[in-house]
Amino acid sequence: MTNTIADVTHESDVILLVGSNPEEAHPVLGMQIRQALQRGAKLIVVDPRDIGLSKQATFHLKLKPGTNIAFINGLMHVILEEGLEDKDFIAQHTEGFEALRDMVADYTPERVAEICHVDAGELRAAARLYAKADKAPILYCLGVTEHSTGTEGVMSLANLALLVGKLGRPGCGVNPIRGQNNVQGACDMGASPTDFPGYQKVTDPEARAKFEKAWGVSLSDQPGMYATDCFPAMLEGKIRGLFIFGEDPMRTDPDTHHVQKALNSLDFLVVDELFLTETAKMADVVLPGISYAEKEGTFTNTERRIQRVRKAVTVPGNAKPDTWIFTEIMRRMGYDQPHLTPAQIMDEIASLTPSYGGVSHARLDSDEVAGQGLQWPCPTADHPGTPILHVGHCVRGKALFRPAAYTPSAELPDEEYPLIMMTGRILYHYNACAMTDKTPGIVELAGGSFIEVNDQDAAKLGITDGETVQVSSRRGVIETTARVSSKTSPGECWMPFHYMDGNCNWLTNAALDRIARAPEYKVCAVKIAKL
Amino acid sequence: MSLLHVTIDGIPVDVEKGTTILQAAEKVGIQIPTLCYLKGLMPDGSCRICTVEIQSRGRSKMDTACSAHCSDGDVIFTESESVVKARRGILDMLLSNHPTNCFTCPSNGECKLQDLCYQYGVEKTSCPGEMTNLPVDDSNPFFTYDPKLCILCHRCVNTCHKIVGCGAIDTMERGFESVISPAFGMPWRESNCESCGNCTAVCPTGALTSKRKKTFRPWQIQKKVRTTCPHCAVGCQYDLLVKDNKVVAVEAADGPSNRNTLCVKGRYGSFDFVHSDRRLTDPLIKDRSTGEFRKASWDEALDLVATKFKAIKQEHGNGALAGFACSRSTNEDIYMLQKMVRTCFGNHNTDNCARV
Repeated sequence: MTNTIADVTHESDVILLVGSNPEEAHPVLGMQIRQALQRGAKLIVVDPRDIGLSKQATFHLKLKPGTNIAFINGLMHVILEEGLEDKDFIAQHTEGFEALRDMVADYTPERVAEICHVDAGELRAAARLYAKADKAPILYCLGVTEHSTGTEGVMSLANLALLVGKLGRPGCGVNPIRGQNNVQGACDMGASPTDFPGYQKVTDPEARAKFEKAWGVSLSDQPGMYATDCFPAMLEGKIRGLFIFGEDPMRTDPDTHHVQKALNSLDFLVVDELFLTETAKMADVVLPGISYAEKEGTFTNTERRIQRVRKAVTVPGNAKPDTWIFTEIMRRMGYDQPHLTPAQIMDEIASLTPSYGGVSHARLDSDEVAGQGLQWPCPTADHPGTPILHVGHCVRGKALFRPAAYTPSAELPDEEYPLIMMTGRILYHYNACAMTDKTPGIVELAGGSFIEVNDQDAAKLGITDGETVQVSSRRGVIETTARVSSKTSPGECWMPFHYMDGNCNWLTNAALDRIARAPEYKVCAVKIAKL
Repeated sequence: MSLLHVTIDGIPVDVEKGTTILQAAEKVGIQIPTLCYLKGLMPDGSCRICTVEIQSRGRSKMDTACSAHCSDGDVIFTESESVVKARRGILDMLLSNHPTNCFTCPSNGECKLQDLCYQYGVEKTSCPGEMTNLPVDDSNPFFTYDPKLCILCHRCVNTCHKIVGCGAIDTMERGFESVISPAFGMPWRESNCESCGNCTAVCPTGALTSKRKKTFRPWQIQKKVRTTCPHCAVGCQYDLLVKDNKVVAVEAADGPSNRNTLCVKGRYGSFDFVHSDRRLTDPLIKDRSTGEFRKASWDEALDLVATKFKAIKQEHGNGALAGFACSRSTNEDIYMLQKMVRTCFGNHNTDNCARV
């Protein structure tokens, strides 16, 4: 997030919520949005599905899945047509405006209404409400990113915020609500084929020299492979050995048959896990790691806030700290890595990662920080951290408009598979349930998979609420329970991705975002049949 | 803006207009007891326990500190004889409809009503008579509501409406029949309640209690460990409550992103897995011919991993290995994982589950 949770919920006049259902996926943030509405903030929901917050929204634009970019371009078209752009901000702080203006000229509300299945009048009104507000953050989530054009969707939202000068101020900004507890940190820490910790590029000779000196080895000058590209590479025999730490791609990656084939084709698979997950079952060696309650460390939340994780209980059986496991493998592979405590590891991170330069466990535990964490960039030990990015001027100097044209999703419905299926989270579970399904009360409240089917579609298919149905795509077939309602539009359905039974990822499409390589979880073509 | 000058228990204090007596007292470190008051919200003013004595312009009056604003020249007494008498009377009235079989109450030892009765020496009610005898709602898997223990302070209702913003519960019926309930008296489980349990955390008595409390008494908690929730990216701060090397409950903390609130996953679904009997406890090595795992020592397992990875690297080149990190684990873990890939696998084939 460019801003903090407190300022986007407590200082905003209008909240533009795109492809995000925070009441279920980020409930405590959802609670704060509800508080914001009680104090009088207005809400615009852009989501293909009725979510809890859409009832309280001034506008709910229930757009067709996969059409975000057309929609956002439409908003910008209206803003420019009505002269609502921030001309001073554009002149002083941006470049590339002309290209954006020319590109959005084609996105008339009428054309966008047709592409997105929304009302042109509502699109105009929503554009005015957002543009005219003094303080208005954009909050978005996986409904924007999990598309084959996800990165361009994010760029389009950034274009929109720049166009109206809503950046670098409290209650504004472009704010991705990161999915998991430490997705932000995992990216910051350089678990990326292109970046060292702190987004230092592996192709940058200076960055490489720095890490080579610190680590005492020579490092490859070629970027590596994204995880989602590794699976096809396993089938081609290019990747032959894989170490998976705490991930369960057999449950969470798209097109499970494809994942299964890829993992089976490996010469050697090692999984470091808490449980014998579906992926761990396929491993040659399974190594028992430890949970967050058994270790010291830090997580970085969606506001870039680095906060402490502390050991509460001791380890069961012979399980070992994960850093011990990695260090032992390094040592046995011939690299002289000393065993370090988590606090010492953070010191090494700080020494090599400018944005974490002022972070240490001692400081996070100090009276100075007082349990508030530190928000990066925090370059030095006396730096207080950075709640809001791009204040005064953008980090890169002038912000660059990156116009993106709308292109349809990779797999569209046809005669054989006539419905668009989206996937997402529900309140009670987290991801593959490895943690949440160990709590009996959670299982009691939300025990099994389901598919939300539009009532008109259900009537045509003769399906009633609660009936077990068969759902199939070009990649697989599952059985699940139909929940019939008008939450989704006709021709569209939605499934949670948490469950082992009726796991929707047997159906989803492994089409990848051209830039960030995220799969298109939000759109694939399926058919539903009575059993 | 000119400041108002008031005196609380003999201590002079300057406050801005609009400051309540409770806020002014807090400023000078004087604690006034409260039951229904919730910081940050408009005062409910229903329990009256924060009653104080105010002398102003030659008159003396009693008022509730949570709702009464300071006036210039107020002389306030928070524990005067008449204040203590009033509080005893309020507690006496509350006990007239509240059982005192505290030994079997899950909140024994952390009940605000019990604490106040102890502080003001109220042993039993002077007005015994009929008591509420409405049924317990046990339908929610995580908590129980017992109307017999409820003092109708509305902290749960105000929390649900104004902090959580869910509005699942309210005060139903009138007078002696008053009860906290979801709409139309339906069971908690069937209502729009999100099971976040923030209501149970603010209940001053044992009326709304977590079912987890059956596994420990408050004084058996050996330590409370402040940490960060491992589920979504909001980064809620909470304490893990530990008894005999086991996490038995979670208590919300005043973290920057959660301000004492939690969701159902954080409060109830973030520690059973730690103690699950399905946890892996030993390294496992698979026999490829049978597909069966067998337990192995760390030395055997780690040597096998290192030998196999080195052999693959030697035979197929540096690009043939990859390592994925977990976005649920700590920064320190992830840093070491990517360092392992870069220094030992000899490539940049490392990624995390940000995309999936």
